[in-house]
Amino acid sequence: MRIKCPCCGERGVDEFAYYGDASVTRPDASAPTAMADFIAYAYERTNSAGLHRELWYHAAGCHLWLVVTRNMISHEIASVEIARDVALARSAAGNASEGKAS
Amino acid sequence: MGDYSIFSVLREALRGHTGWGPAWRDAAPKPDYDVVIIGGGGHGLATAYYLAKEFGSLRIAVVEKGWIGGGNVGRNTTIVRSNYLLPGNIPFYELSMKLWEGLEQDINYNAMVSQRGILNLYHSDAQRDAYARRGNAMRLHGIDSELLDQSAVRSMLPFLNYDNARFPIQGGLIQRRGGTVRHDAVAWGYARAADRRGVDIIQNCEVSGFRIENNRVVGVETSRGFIGATKIGMAVAGNSSRVATMAGLKLPIESFVLQAFVSESIKPFIDGVVTFGAGHFYISQSDKGGLVFGGDLDGYNSYAQRGNLPVVEDVCEGGMALMPRIGRVRLLRSWGGIMDMSMDGSPIIDRTPIEGLYLNAGWCYGGFKATPASGMCFAHLIARNETHAVAKAYRLDRFATGHAIDEKGMGPHPNLH
Repeated sequence: MRIKCPCCGERGVDEFAYYGDASVTRPDASAPTAMADFIAYAYERTNSAGLHRELWYHAAGCHLWLVVTRNMISHEIASVEIARDVALARSAAGNASEGKAS
Repeated sequence: MGDYSIFSVLREALRGHTGWGPAWRDAAPKPDYDVVIIGGGGHGLATAYYLAKEFGSLRIAVVEKGWIGGGNVGRNTTIVRSNYLLPGNIPFYELSMKLWEGLEQDINYNAMVSQRGILNLYHSDAQRDAYARRGNAMRLHGIDSELLDQSAVRSMLPFLNYDNARFPIQGGLIQRRGGTVRHDAVAWGYARAADRRGVDIIQNCEVSGFRIENNRVVGVETSRGFIGATKIGMAVAGNSSRVATMAGLKLPIESFVLQAFVSESIKPFIDGVVTFGAGHFYISQSDKGGLVFGGDLDGYNSYAQRGNLPVVEDVCEGGMALMPRIGRVRLLRSWGGIMDMSMDGSPIIDRTPIEGLYLNAGWCYGGFKATPASGMCFAHLIARNETHAVAKAYRLDRFATGHAIDEKGMGPHPNLH
């Protein structure tokens, strides 16, 4: 398996460290459902046999955190994004929806 | 088909082996059953067997999407042991060990149970102390364990690399009752024994959904039609999340691939199971002569029954650090199995929020040794709707209530257990 790092190009998987599911995001601790949200965040996983969004760290390379979308059966990689960009886009989307609500 | 015995072997030898019938029937699904077990692997077949044997006259079926024994029960490294540390685990795995010890007489099948001992090597003072603690925990539960110093290990295995500059071998913790069992024979033996007690084993029958009415299961949709059931047990290992999703459940489980390896056959070389404490490597020798060994998970989520080369390299490096003389033995085969890695590294045998639907999952890469106790406890749970005494800790809600059983102390990172 090889991952195409946006910074370094295609590199062997042994250069990367795996962190896990990138689809879970840290819940709002002040929400009334915070307890259940945090249990789901820490423990419950979709774990489907299709595409999986996951965090990889280019430990033996540029030290970028990446969000890799990969097929669980074929190991084929559909896309690689820089995790920072994904997080910024998510918070921008979050701010926009909050703006609409208020 | 009668019992297997020395007499049946002699009789068939004289008759040219014309009298052996199939070991189990190729059953077609009936419209409904009292209990349907999903998954014809070791755990599913053991569950069906103990249900039929211990819990009265139930109508039981095992449905399997492929052929029985084609999943993890045929893909593991055949090690059995009960050398655990935590009180939630020890009695369960010791029940399993005791069931292994009486298994062949019980199911009338030669499963080649071989208590050749399992030796965990330690390579530092801190690791010795940790192993001493684990050994003491075992002895407090009445399980055999013995802490060996270097000279004792040397007399058993003189060819290990004791003076490795980075990983000197200081000694080991041995459980002499541990060992290996012929894994395929476990699936076949339980299948035959369950079949003889009237269990229908239905192969090539993939579950595609559950029929649930008023939060209660009434049956499963399969590739061979609808099968009604009062109670349904899921024992599908690496596919637990996929099957549970059909019932609308989200589990504390991720699936990972674990590789295992067999070398070409060589003369008798290692008589027990040996594990390397400084990396992750374990090895034993099969009765055919092949060295059977393995190491870490591939480390990323996967449903592919094959792994990648960096882990092959890592496992072989562990082997070379421990016993350099295996370097000239050629690798014959390698394969992968899908592990249902739970969030704390321990299994789940529990009810689900849906009435009549039971879950047996989260075996990580320790499922094989647990096969008999898993079957016994799951059968108990399904038949009586109450948890078996030794499986009380294996609750589905333990993560939410803070009662995780984290043997390795890794936290909710399934790839690290």
